[in-house]
Amino acid sequence: MKSPAFDYIRASSPQHALQLLAQHGDDACLLAGGQTLMATLNMRLSQPTLVVDIGGLTQLAGITLHGRPGEETLRIGALTRHVEIEESPLVALHAPLMTQAAPHIAHRAIRNLGTLGGTLAYADPAAEWPACVVALGGTLVLLGEQGERRVPAASFFQGLFATARRDDELLIACELPVIAPGQRHHFSELARRHGDYAIAGLAACATVQAQPSSARVNAQVSGQASGQASGQASGQVTAPLGAQLSDVRLAFLSLGDRPVRATAAEAVLAAGPLNPARIDEADAALRAELQPFADLTHSAAAKTQMAATLMRRAVKALLAQ
Amino acid sequence: MHTPTDIPSTRVSVIVNGQTLVRQVECRKHLVDFLREDCGLKGSHLGCEHGVCGACTVRLDGQIVRGCLVLAVQADGRQVDTVETTTPSPALRALQDAFIEHNALQCGYCTPGMLMAALDLVERRPDASREQVREWMSGNYCRCTGYQSIVDAVCTVLELQKAGGLKAQEARA
Repeated sequence: MKSPAFDYIRASSPQHALQLLAQHGDDACLLAGGQTLMATLNMRLSQPTLVVDIGGLTQLAGITLHGRPGEETLRIGALTRHVEIEESPLVALHAPLMTQAAPHIAHRAIRNLGTLGGTLAYADPAAEWPACVVALGGTLVLLGEQGERRVPAASFFQGLFATARRDDELLIACELPVIAPGQRHHFSELARRHGDYAIAGLAACATVQAQPSSARVNAQVSGQASGQASGQASGQVTAPLGAQLSDVRLAFLSLGDRPVRATAAEAVLAAGPLNPARIDEADAALRAELQPFADLTHSAAAKTQMAATLMRRAVKALLAQ
Repeated sequence: MHTPTDIPSTRVSVIVNGQTLVRQVECRKHLVDFLREDCGLKGSHLGCEHGVCGACTVRLDGQIVRGCLVLAVQADGRQVDTVETTTPSPALRALQDAFIEHNALQCGYCTPGMLMAALDLVERRPDASREQVREWMSGNYCRCTGYQSIVDAVCTVLELQKAGGLKAQEARA
């Protein structure tokens, strides 16, 4: 289909965009990368009379490191493209969760234009970035006529396509705490085809305490004795023994109306040295706390099963890193 | 509520396949309609028109994009390259040859988008494995071939490129 008619203005500055929003209210909508808006326009799901293009505001793009050593923050401008995050050495070093998640976002041609801020402000519960910034404990920076304000990711997402951003505000950046020593990240999702919306996905972070040296030695010996490939052995069987997780943060996507933290399962995983029994206990806690929405093709029970599978894989991956 | 009384339009200047084209376009018009209707370039196709099928893949400032998810006005002052490019690279020629050789098209509707996506892959990921080719090309739908022959064609060109065969073709041309 073809989009309904609208007027188009290219904002010359963030303040210009704010003025236009104040002036036109609900009749105006912001165009960042356009990878969602253009589809909804073409399908006539949105019918603004004015499109305010903020795509040219280069001051709202870019990835920078701020703060004193040891307390650094990674700031990613709202208009930073998915592909720039995917290929950024700074992100890979300081927020590898984002680097891992990026390739799951649609396809290359879409990642070339789609932006971090557009995705966060749209707040699709099936999107990758909201779950990532919740798992990382990020902060969203909003600009209004009165100046900037900061909202923690956990309270930014308020429901289906609903956020703490007011209609007269611009989301201008996302600030992420940099990965701490011993902290590890893992992102994975399950989808019918690569690039499709995830049926379920998980952004996971945890601090891993080095497992006791005796356990590691035993593990290596048993791995060699049974003649297994050492990589497989450490990933599947031996690595969990004795390892201790702390600061576990599990944020699921596609399970509810916003990113869903699994705090009960997180607590179980961090309660003591990891062993198969503890992982089973976390699995049970996860199934008890999740209340996923069913979608057209997957029941709530199927989504719960997938979430549990993702959690088990994530624990294994976090330990194997 | 403010309602536009007519269809707002604006003047754009876009460098299409190396040539600067100045047109008056409706603000609502997306890039592929602009290319097809205002520039007479029918090579870029429209399938779904909401960013799913990839038939409209073109290059904007050197990067592949969904032409149906970009407004023509957004391309003002920028560079657009389509499958009709007047200076096809050796890689694009090799891909076209390989698609024919491997029967990587039947009706041909998806082919321009496939070629543009594959060209980007060949240039940016010269060491891509077959699995990575499948993943990269997964954003482009084909309803005829079942994809195997398309992946075969792209892999053939990657091999050719690794063996230094693309430059040889250029010399021959």
